Amino acid sequence: MSATPDSGRFSRRFAALKAEGRGGLITFITAGDPNYEISKEIVLGLPAAGADVIELGMPFSDPMADGPAIQAASLRALATGMKLGKVLQMVREFRATDDDTPIVLMGYYNPIYNYGVDKFLAEARESGVDGLIIVDLPPEEDVELCLPALKAGLNFIRLATPTTDDHRLPTVLSNTSGFVYYVSVMGITGTTSATGDAVKAAVERLRRHTDLPIGVGFGIKTPENAREVATVADAAVVGSAIVDRIAGGLDGNGKPEAGLVDGVLDYVRELAAGVRGSGDKQ
Amino acid sequence: MTQKINTYRAGPDEQGHFGIFGGRFVAETLMPLILEVEKAWDAAQADPSFDEELQYYFKHYVGRPSPLYFAKRLTEHFGGAKIYFKRDELNHTGAHKINNCMGQILLARRMGKTRIIAETGAGQHGVATATVCALFNLPCTIYMGSKDIERQAPNVFRMKLLGAEVKSVTSGSNSLKDAMNEALRDWVANVEDTFYIIGTAAGPHPYPAMVRDFQSVIGRETREQMMEAEGRLPDSLVACIGGGSNAIGLFHPFLDDTDIKIIGVEAAGLGVDTDKHAASLTGGRPGVLHGNRTYLLQDDDGQILEAHSISAGLDYPGIGPEHSWLYESGRVEYVSATDKEALEAFQLCSRTEGIIPALEPSHALAYVSKIAGDLPKDHILCMNMCGRGDKDIFTVAEALGVKI
Repeated sequence: MSATPDSGRFSRRFAALKAEGRGGLITFITAGDPNYEISKEIVLGLPAAGADVIELGMPFSDPMADGPAIQAASLRALATGMKLGKVLQMVREFRATDDDTPIVLMGYYNPIYNYGVDKFLAEARESGVDGLIIVDLPPEEDVELCLPALKAGLNFIRLATPTTDDHRLPTVLSNTSGFVYYVSVMGITGTTSATGDAVKAAVERLRRHTDLPIGVGFGIKTPENAREVATVADAAVVGSAIVDRIAGGLDGNGKPEAGLVDGVLDYVRELAAGVRGSGDKQ
Repeated sequence: MTQKINTYRAGPDEQGHFGIFGGRFVAETLMPLILEVEKAWDAAQADPSFDEELQYYFKHYVGRPSPLYFAKRLTEHFGGAKIYFKRDELNHTGAHKINNCMGQILLARRMGKTRIIAETGAGQHGVATATVCALFNLPCTIYMGSKDIERQAPNVFRMKLLGAEVKSVTSGSNSLKDAMNEALRDWVANVEDTFYIIGTAAGPHPYPAMVRDFQSVIGRETREQMMEAEGRLPDSLVACIGGGSNAIGLFHPFLDDTDIKIIGVEAAGLGVDTDKHAASLTGGRPGVLHGNRTYLLQDDDGQILEAHSISAGLDYPGIGPEHSWLYESGRVEYVSATDKEALEAFQLCSRTEGIIPALEPSHALAYVSKIAGDLPKDHILCMNMCGRGDKDIFTVAEALGVKI
């Protein structure tokens, strides 16, 4: 159906995880946080640190669904001149070193709409992006970006939430591809986390509606959290907790301190060890 | 170019679109609730008892109908058009905002919601929301930018007296748009029990249409009162625009009377050719924010810019989507007035009519003062005096260099 086939990186990566018998680790950072160079260094280091899928935030001035950590990350990135075009450039530079790790761009619609939907999609596909998560585009607005993205060979990954009931789930799952991102709590990023039992029940409910891999996020902070989630879902998504590590590596004036990159990647390694302990899943 | 349209009053369509504007650009967590609000609003409109209840409170609590007043001395002062004020500043709480709050809280009650949140800029919407929450005994949290809390101290105190919790917002530019972001964040976390009373005719569908319909009482009354006073409809209508709810409320019942000239006045701050203004139509371009597509002040990367206006109620980088559509369709003319012009109109109105206007409608009056003198004496111009200026005296004193 698609005019351009998708990159295949998601299906290969989730198949590989299945073969390994473990859940994956999806890491989020905001592109350009705290500046382009350091952010790029972190992204380039993520696969070796154990990230299975990379989620890259496209900074936006008004991130309505994000908590303080990711809001601040967006503002830090914008303050150093980060722009949508540079996010794509970062993906290109990453792809020169890694052709296997799927990359998802996550953000809000306005910068893309402003850039020009067709231009953005073509450049994103060409630069090596595999999928998009656009927080403020529900299925009701699929003609805006979702359908053009699928046609351009990019996966459109939808968020399912505790408020997405069985009646609505088919709507949310239609036109979604790559994986399904289950937001385990009602609320903004980086707040509370759901209990293991609630996540398990939610994942089981989703599996009755879809064969797509399921990533679960919001509120995952420790390797133990990550392991617990990756045991019942196909992957655990960690965002704010990693972004907090970036913020923690800045001095009083917001300047990056030596060791920031290593600190972030060490933390990702701990999380990766966590999901690698999820091998007893089934 | 003006396109020929049979009616300007048919929008939005079922998806909430006014042409390309409007829509439902919200996170999935909110989507089921947005659909629930839409369903409840449709049901309420079909139920005569909802309107009966609303009319009861409009009459006995808000004090509607608000008068239509012939501003004789200002008319003489300008020496041209006959100036009328639709006096929504005489409503309970001092502005048009209560029309919408009353409607929405009755809807929230029908939906069984037990907690109310709202954003506020000047504090008028916050005060109106806190007021109806006190009336119906519902807990209420108001989000307000820290910058606005500073410049609207009297309204902050009023909200607290009314029992509301006022939360200071320190993210982004610390003003109205950021308060709206924060209210949306609250809503995402509390969808089960909370109703968000949006203060202007913007946000995701059905809010722009719903707020417009609650505010249209202004225009409906004006039609009737003008027929009574003059035996005919006015020749022109003027209202100020931030998000644009007072304006759409006055304009909407007149949109298909195409002989009537309709003018919206945006806040030009220090001037639309500077980077310190709030004129989204004059200085912005279409984009997506806060649940709808509309004209926005934004940079070349699609990042939302900080708006500026001396009037906190107009200090918003967007505008209701129906205005964007009316702008592109050519039905309504959008102009702007600067801080300085608004300040002059504020003083002129106080001295000449004994009405201290809010800084928001002072922008409308500033534009009226530019055109009225050149209009013929039989030209009837009606301006929406949408708020009173008590809340602004500190801001105005400071701008005039007066210590109080």
